[in-house]
Amino acid sequence: MNAYLTAMQAIIWREGLRFVHQRERFVAALVRPLVWLVVFAAGFRAALGLSINPPYQTYITYETYIVPGLCGMVILFNGMQSSLSLVYDREMGSMRLLLTSPLPRWWLLVSKLLGSSVISVVQVYVFLVLAAGFGVMMPPLGYVAVFPALVLTGLMLGGLGLFLSSWIRQLENFAGVMNFVIFPMFFLSSALYPLWKMAESSYVLFLICSYNPFTQAVELIRFALYGEFNAPASGWTALATLVFVGLAIWGYDTSRGKKRSLA
Amino acid sequence: MLLVRIQGCAAILCQWDWLSVAGAFSVSGLSHSYGVRRALDDVSFDVEPGQFCALLGPNGAGKSTLFSRLTRLITGTPAQISIAGVDLETNPRTALARMGIVFQQPTLDLDLTVFQNLTYFAALHGIAARDARPRIAAALERLDMAERAHEKARALNGGHRRRTEIARALLHRPQVLLLDEATVGLDAATREQITAHVHALCTDEGLTVLWATHLTDEIAQDNQVVILHQGRVLANATARDIAGARDLKTAFLALTGTETEAGVVSGPSPGAAS
Repeated sequence: MNAYLTAMQAIIWREGLRFVHQRERFVAALVRPLVWLVVFAAGFRAALGLSINPPYQTYITYETYIVPGLCGMVILFNGMQSSLSLVYDREMGSMRLLLTSPLPRWWLLVSKLLGSSVISVVQVYVFLVLAAGFGVMMPPLGYVAVFPALVLTGLMLGGLGLFLSSWIRQLENFAGVMNFVIFPMFFLSSALYPLWKMAESSYVLFLICSYNPFTQAVELIRFALYGEFNAPASGWTALATLVFVGLAIWGYDTSRGKKRSLA
Repeated sequence: MLLVRIQGCAAILCQWDWLSVAGAFSVSGLSHSYGVRRALDDVSFDVEPGQFCALLGPNGAGKSTLFSRLTRLITGTPAQISIAGVDLETNPRTALARMGIVFQQPTLDLDLTVFQNLTYFAALHGIAARDARPRIAAALERLDMAERAHEKARALNGGHRRRTEIARALLHRPQVLLLDEATVGLDAATREQITAHVHALCTDEGLTVLWATHLTDEIAQDNQVVILHQGRVLANATARDIAGARDLKTAFLALTGTETEAGVVSGPSPGAAS
């Protein structure tokens, strides 16, 4: 096997092992969306009337509506936690191993991203199984069709986290980013409410939500879960992935000579 | 007894003929600034193949900045840096492949075993697990760590963690080995063992070593010594020549004028950093 694939395989393997070692992280990753699904949705369903919008063919329960958004949330948290691990790695010094490898840095970072996406996808599937256990089922084909959508979303949000991690030195600062990135991204999206509902309240917020790449990713997942392909959503998600991954690689490029970000 | 053990290990490794190709190392006109503060000022020195070169300097002399530049963790004002004949600026990846690095900060993944840590590192250098296995066994044997291969890094003491890191730095068969204050925080006996191990790597296998330290007792009489102070090279000669009639520590203190500072000691100084 060639050197590039050897390194990629090892990075994904280590990412997986790290995840297995952090059992609390896995439990938290599953409990979080389940609380939303079981508790929040139960309380909120009465307050929100949903009309029939694509990809839905009939009236749906609120639980059904938020499942794609919660899949997105699982990936969002995982992407950010992977970058948290990068900040931690850098502080612990093992990021140095990655950065002093003779293989191209962009390749190592992309491998790291793939590793975090694999873990995101596994988490989402476990969540979908549990959601089905609570009676929120998708069409059988949807579970297959959603796979590429999940991988793309994983790369996009992992890329965003990676980019942010190149600008953050301290873990304390990262907590701030969680508040300023995760929550706005999640709430300013179609994860919890359809955007036409948002438009009724505020047109400005509606515009922000529409341009939020997380909205696009959630819609991509929503349509895919019903076996439908949402071309604009996948286009925007792919574009955002390229931008975030590009920025991340740029952020870790030493030629800018910033001690701040690397040493 | 220590000497006998080192010779024994050397004999085993010589049979396998690894690390046998030596490489020179040279830095020329290296300067680096953080904003207005100049951390390195026109640093130049050469190390002959197979030489043990001690980079001696008090805390804050610029040793860590020099290491960050040599390992490309940071880049800056262009300079001529050659690692075993390869220019670091124009051909960084080949240069990095010829370089083994032991950082001052611990870089082991504590949740993984020694073996897993080494396998992971080998893969980052493109060495597949199958090829890595014999190399790992040899490197651990070399550092007297063979029986700890399957212990978690977390369970190791400071000295064993350091040895693991040195073993790891040898896996890709580098020609130049860089160690940044590798003995920081270790007790006197462990410090001596690790220093002896690295000296042996140099004499037995022709590995070129750059050893950053602020402790003069880690340096042998015939080692090359580059004294770095406030970002500049103050002296570059053998320890014997620098010391002259005095001992190296006295000469070093006189040269750097740090006699009254706590930065230079002849024993371990936990948490010291440059």
